[in-house]
Amino acid sequence: MQFDPFVIPFNIGLYFIILYCVATCIVWFRDLSRTDKLRLQRGFFGRPFVWSIREIFMESLIHRKIIRINPVLGYMHMSLAFGWFLLIVLGTIEADIFGDSHLNPPYKAIFFRFFNPDHGAEGFARAYSFIMDLILAFILSGLMIAIIKRFWSRIVGMKKTTRLKTLDKIALTSLWLIFPSRLLAESLTCGAAGSGSFLTGSLGSFFAGFLPASQMAYPFWWLYSVSLAVFFILLPRTRYMHIPSELFLIFLRNSGVRTGDQHGSYTEAQVYSCSSCGICIDKCQLSSSAGINNIQSAYFVKGLKRNDDVYDISLNCLMCGRCETACPVGIELGALRMIQRRAGKAPEDMKMIWTGYMRERNQQISDKANNYIKAYKYLTSEIIDTSPDVLYFAGCMTHLIPGIASSMEKIFETAGVNYRFMDKDGSVCCGRPLMLAGKDREARELIQHNTSTIWSSGAKMLVTSCPICLRVFNESYHLDVEVLHHTQFISRMIGEERLDLKFLNQTVVYHDPCELGRGSGIYDEPRKVLYHIAKYQKTAFERENAPCCGGSLGNIRLDSRKKTIIASDALDDLTSSSPDYLITSCPLCKKTYGKVRKPDTPEILDIAEIVVRAISDSSRPEKLNNKKHQEEVIYLETK
Amino acid sequence: MKNFGFSSIKPRVIDYDKNNRTVLDYIMEHEPSFALCIGCGGCAATCSAARFTDMSLRKINILLKRGENDEVRRLINKCMLCGKCTLVCPRGVNTRNVIFLTQQAFKKLDNYAV
Ligand code: SF4
Ligand code: SF4
Ligand code: SF4
Ligand code: SF4
Repeated sequence: MQFDPFVIPFNIGLYFIILYCVATCIVWFRDLSRTDKLRLQRGFFGRPFVWSIREIFMESLIHRKIIRINPVLGYMHMSLAFGWFLLIVLGTIEADIFGDSHLNPPYKAIFFRFFNPDHGAEGFARAYSFIMDLILAFILSGLMIAIIKRFWSRIVGMKKTTRLKTLDKIALTSLWLIFPSRLLAESLTCGAAGSGSFLTGSLGSFFAGFLPASQMAYPFWWLYSVSLAVFFILLPRTRYMHIPSELFLIFLRNSGVRTGDQHGSYTEAQVYSCSSCGICIDKCQLSSSAGINNIQSAYFVKGLKRNDDVYDISLNCLMCGRCETACPVGIELGALRMIQRRAGKAPEDMKMIWTGYMRERNQQISDKANNYIKAYKYLTSEIIDTSPDVLYFAGCMTHLIPGIASSMEKIFETAGVNYRFMDKDGSVCCGRPLMLAGKDREARELIQHNTSTIWSSGAKMLVTSCPICLRVFNESYHLDVEVLHHTQFISRMIGEERLDLKFLNQTVVYHDPCELGRGSGIYDEPRKVLYHIAKYQKTAFERENAPCCGGSLGNIRLDSRKKTIIASDALDDLTSSSPDYLITSCPLCKKTYGKVRKPDTPEILDIAEIVVRAISDSSRPEKLNNKKHQEEVIYLETK
Repeated sequence: MKNFGFSSIKPRVIDYDKNNRTVLDYIMEHEPSFALCIGCGGCAATCSAARFTDMSLRKINILLKRGENDEVRRLINKCMLCGKCTLVCPRGVNTRNVIFLTQQAFKKLDNYAV
């Protein structure tokens, strides 16, 4: 039995962290709802398990998503995670093949060189040590980038890097020490024994030239073991907890568990899976344009983790979803913020997760529900009895830009649709603005009111001009009608050849509204419509990468001066190619951009408005007549 | 007596000593842009809730500044937070937050202190 006292700290750390992770998984599993437990059980014996393994490999080890967003940062994460993984796996195999016994305890693999200093002199063993050295060099190169990033984050292409607390700093230092100390320990041992490959071997013989290598190696083995132990023991209290949590999260997600409307195991697993990579900080326009640097999702999640009061942070956010789409871990940041908004301010005594923090907060929500007094008693039920095919709901914001509603009316008429303008005299709000402010109960009242109006009409399709309404219709209403945004509707009308459009010889750029694009995943329909009628110019901000106009109702806190800065920055970015029109499909975006428009910025139009400009004079009704007329002529002629 | 379509307004005094300005203070602390309001009424004219009820944000703003909170309390929960008023306000008052804070302040007044 090969043993030395210096392996004790490592062993303590290792078994502690393994036990801790297992215990956490059990606690999380226990707190899942019944359905989620069933999902998980089914997932474990089915395909989700296989997918999870694949995803864990691609995301937790290779970090494919981060590489795609930022190659240098991705390389850093990959070299540390994948490199370390390889080192452990190959180290275990090495210890098994070349060690003095099989099925060794883990420390044998980690400290293999100490127990086998002469190993790797020739043949296969030599090649194997070469590979091990290569992996170590791979990790060290990543570590170098990490250190550079910590001190000069701009070099890695990141504007901001996350701030640390003391425990994080100690853990970070121990992480940084692990691999250099391994390098030095192995090199010195190799130097003394005259073994080792290109890295440890040459460094070792270099040291052995002027240092007492055999005596110096021992302290470094201790350092290596202790830094591993410190890292493992601090892990649960630092951001590095994301490494084990993410594995569990990936499995949960693949099994079909989603963020609900309250805190629970899944939200906790998400919170702990955040690696504080800082990608969301770079994406946030509140930081890049408005100079607000404490509300970004990385800080929000960190606050949740530490049980700080994050209510105000959760409110000061555009809910644009840019961070969520970019987050390489796939944390549902928007849903987490909504939970926090609903929950409100945390009372002082709710500080720790282990004192029932999440549970008590849930309690608080249900208390709120019980003392609720109806707010909108003044709304009387409306009945639409003209039985239209299509119901058009303009939405509050559209009423501020009447041009959009009148364009839609023209489109309906041209396409020959039997429609009814549901809120012609002004809307009852759809309820989403209230939800965004965390007032779900109040929103429910409006939802009920609108639902009964929509039902009373018997329409089969509901078309809305406002992406905010669209989202809440789809997510929170229980309607048995098809809900379309007007971009989808127009695209469908073009597809069915019910709109005859001419080609405008003008260039357009398109701005994807947050709630329509990232919020509802509608990217193709507006583009299809635009390809049809104008020269579509690509910007650097297509699809998921679109900026937020800054006017979002998601942010109740942002003052108008900062909104203006965000809007004009976004407008400048979008129109840098000087197109003829900037097209959007959200009345709120149009209004916000309109407010900051300079004389030389292109005209800003809603997609419905440009479509109306493209409706040719021989539009449908006349064309029908023409066709009929022509057919009659042909008929007569053949007679 | 014929009143020619006019009705006389009852004489009344605004007594700042009696009126309660805690709600106003709370709003001013958290949303300083409220000070910019000139009472133009743009917000009230566009209001979604005003179509159905006597909700008027301009009235609320003025009452808040006077500290006449009872009437504010009656009106404030009728707002749907739709945000039209914020968009039309010529002075850039973040009216949505003003309403949100007012509701919060009343809730706090009911529970403990502002
Ligand atoms: S929330 Fe996502 S993007 Fe932001 S720091 Fe955490 S892991 Fe990175
Ligand atoms: S949702 Fe938008 S505004 Fe909010 S933190 Fe993310 S990027 Fe920033
Ligand atoms: S629109 Fe603005 S300035 Fe005018 S009354 Fe309303 S809040 Fe005051
Ligand atoms: S947010 Fe409230 S006060 Fe403002 S327009 Fe909408 S309903 Fe009226």
